[in-house]
Amino acid sequence: MTTLVTSPRAANGLFSSARRPDGIPKVRGEFAFSSDLEAEGMLWGHLLRSPHPSAAIVRLDVSPAWEIAGVEAVITADDVPGWKTYGLEYPDQPVFASDVVRYEGEPIAAVAADHPDTARRAAEAIVVEYELREPLVDPEVAEEAEPIHPLGNLLLRQRVLRGDPEAMGPVVVEGTYETGMQDQAFMGPESGLAVPAPDGGVDLYVATQWLHVDQDQLARCLALPLDQVRLHLAGVGGAFGAREDMSMQVQICLLALRTGKPVKIVYTREESFRGHVHRHPAHMWYRHTADHDGRLVKVETRLILDGGAYHSSSTAVISNAACFATGPYKVPNAIVDASAVRTNNPPCGAMRGFGAVQVCFGYEAQMDKLAAALRMDPVELRLLNVLATGDDLITGQVITGAAPAAEVIRTCASATLPPGGPDTEPELALPGGASRAAERGRVKRGVGFAVGFKNLLFSSAFDDYSTARCRLEGGEVTVTSAAVEVGQGLVTLIQQIAREVLGVEAVALGEAETAGIGSAGSTSASRQTWMTGGAVNAACQAVRDRLLAAVANRVGVDAGALALEYGRVTSNTFGIDLDLTEAAAGEIFEETVMFRHAPTDVLDENGQGDAHVSFAFAAHRAVVDVDLDLGLVKVVEVATSQDVGRVMNPLQLVGQLEGGISQGVGFAVMEGLVLDGGRLRNASFTDYIIPTALDMPEVTIQALIEEPEPGAPFGAKGVGEPPSISSTAAVVAAIRDATGLELSKAPVRPQDIALALAARRLAPEEERTS
Amino acid sequence: MCELSASETELLGYHLRVNGRDYQVIDAQLCENLLYVLRERLRLYGAKNACLEGECGSCSVLVDGVLECACTVLAAAAAGRDVVTVEGLTPAGGDLSDIQQAFVEQGAVQCGFCTPGLIVSVHHLLSHNPVPTDLEVREAISGNLCRCTGYGRILAAVHAVAAARANGEGAGS
Repeated sequence: MTTLVTSPRAANGLFSSARRPDGIPKVRGEFAFSSDLEAEGMLWGHLLRSPHPSAAIVRLDVSPAWEIAGVEAVITADDVPGWKTYGLEYPDQPVFASDVVRYEGEPIAAVAADHPDTARRAAEAIVVEYELREPLVDPEVAEEAEPIHPLGNLLLRQRVLRGDPEAMGPVVVEGTYETGMQDQAFMGPESGLAVPAPDGGVDLYVATQWLHVDQDQLARCLALPLDQVRLHLAGVGGAFGAREDMSMQVQICLLALRTGKPVKIVYTREESFRGHVHRHPAHMWYRHTADHDGRLVKVETRLILDGGAYHSSSTAVISNAACFATGPYKVPNAIVDASAVRTNNPPCGAMRGFGAVQVCFGYEAQMDKLAAALRMDPVELRLLNVLATGDDLITGQVITGAAPAAEVIRTCASATLPPGGPDTEPELALPGGASRAAERGRVKRGVGFAVGFKNLLFSSAFDDYSTARCRLEGGEVTVTSAAVEVGQGLVTLIQQIAREVLGVEAVALGEAETAGIGSAGSTSASRQTWMTGGAVNAACQAVRDRLLAAVANRVGVDAGALALEYGRVTSNTFGIDLDLTEAAAGEIFEETVMFRHAPTDVLDENGQGDAHVSFAFAAHRAVVDVDLDLGLVKVVEVATSQDVGRVMNPLQLVGQLEGGISQGVGFAVMEGLVLDGGRLRNASFTDYIIPTALDMPEVTIQALIEEPEPGAPFGAKGVGEPPSISSTAAVVAAIRDATGLELSKAPVRPQDIALALAARRLAPEEERTS
Repeated sequence: MCELSASETELLGYHLRVNGRDYQVIDAQLCENLLYVLRERLRLYGAKNACLEGECGSCSVLVDGVLECACTVLAAAAAGRDVVTVEGLTPAGGDLSDIQQAFVEQGAVQCGFCTPGLIVSVHHLLSHNPVPTDLEVREAISGNLCRCTGYGRILAAVHAVAAARANGEGAGS
């Protein structure tokens, strides 16, 4: 297990469980989330959204909205002064639909009024006449179907061809798998406050994942210079990918600029479900072949991801899915045909795990099938094939960094099983929980195992950097970054790093905003510990070096003779002992650093290239109890081991693992957006179920593998995404173990179990054994 | 919120008693729920607005000692009743209650959007059941959705408070 070292120089430095600086205001209810903002004379905004997934707009009449008292602005596509569209990768998403709507929930108009209900009623008063079209909702036929957007229905096809396409092993397993559309379901709904500025610009206080990329898109749509579009981070109530794309950023700024008054928009939960991107549903076909010893010979797969109506980050998601399609295994021959397509379903984009989650569900089910075909222990099969440092991926990229995947698997699989079984669980802990629906004798326990991996940081030649500033003035240290804290605890790590480098306890955090500092990049791809951590480290080191040089110069000694520890500049040799104020002697030391990771390449047409910087691995072993009659599942325990590079903050790390596993568990047994002809049927927390405290299993952290990552500041890998990659696959594997069913779709619904088992019971004996 | 006929949009005024203090609400629409009035009229932003349909517990408050989702209480109907929000469970002067302190110490806070509601729920639980079992805690907070933590550190915080109180280390606020 992990040995943790506490900094000798500051009590809450690196590797300690330093407490989060925003913890106290958050428990007091005083932390200002984006929905808690107010301004004098503020108006409320509301968006009118399309009720149809596919339609032409034949008439749009906003005049009824103007007849409602209290309305101060009504805007449509005609009122967008700059680019009418935006998007993270391609600007293909309209600010307001004007001629056609391509998904249910697409904004058509916006209203500002003196009361949120007035704004909502006014938006509903707007008359829109639609000519309904048959929505394109089947991703399997999307590529060949009539284009629903001028850019076509194929968002990206990424093939990966490796080795000999004719190679075949003697043992063959094949399967088709599907994963559903998961919602990030953060608690803090999309919200923001836009304040018009005297210079003709606008200040936007908003919850997002990347201030500067919002600013770029906003400025283009508003036709304003960048310096007149100033974004300020408002408190973020969770993100998990859903805030990478803009929500109401453009519309709220337009309303503020139009009225000359501050405007606030707060989404309802239903709007939140309709107004942000989701995890791409996946259709996957796999064929694995192996030799008789279990060594993989070739993996073939065809992947289709439903990108929904607009591009969002589909290109990057499908590239990830293609790269990681065969799992953390040595695969000498591979044929991957991966495509993301456009449909009239809700747009899909980033969510924790980003393309790696879907394929893990497929390839891990295949590894279990292969183990069964070989009559081999599934963990042994994985260990036989697992990647290690020096191996190459199917993209030809050689893993040069830490890849302790075998140790991750071995330790996780060795976790002691929880004692007892359905016979000994309290009634409330059986499947069905508080409904007390389970008949104890009809509850069966199962165990499943899965391992997954993905890239850290931005890939594919993206110019990925983070900017940070350290300022030492009068003994006070302030660190500033535009990096977004979404709840993960980056603000704690920034303080820990500054404490470690400068030896001081008190580290103030500057405002995260676009005007004050350059981009920190996105809070996504498990990248901020590495990227902003690296930038903060470098900026603090630069200040330390300048301070020591200044003192050395002043007192006439070599800077190498000086140390900065416990907030004091000291030298035993020369009898120097100065506090920071004395050491600085009135001088202000400020250093701003842009930190970049090693460059990457784009994949070529055969999917070959060094597209990634670093990889992280995690394994999960799930234990479930299944009610064989009702199909209800209680996840009893999830044990995990994870490749973390270095534990930066043990307490926060546990929180990332437990939280990521809860989302993986949810995706396995309860979380799926239900679409009916492109219409979202469960856009509420009543109908889209996420795990409660009663649903959440015990999490056993079996091992945190600390093999420092070369090139990563402090050797630390990002830890946010790996907990969500194989946890879903492990839970479904456990349900298969308990039921004997194939269960090729996630989430597994009660009827998928209960009806299949009932059918099996009713089937004639010969069918049951065949 | 609600659909209103023109006559129902008539504005009204009433008094609310929140955290022991009397507030006058003026020019309010009848359809406003307690959460809206607490947040947007009284500027008590502690109760949060995550679902607005009584599913997530982010707006948990006590109404005459009963744990309620403020979003499902008509504000005008709360007139004359004792409303307690997270602000009312927070000691003055920057101190924390033992529950709040445990949430910070045990890592129970990530994004923090569910936290104020959980503080209220846990306060209510431990007032009625000072030494709950793990399942009792899970059931009691199962009306409070948290998306970040997976609840592990929240459970640890609740048990830490219960244990400390059982050892006579103060009952907090």
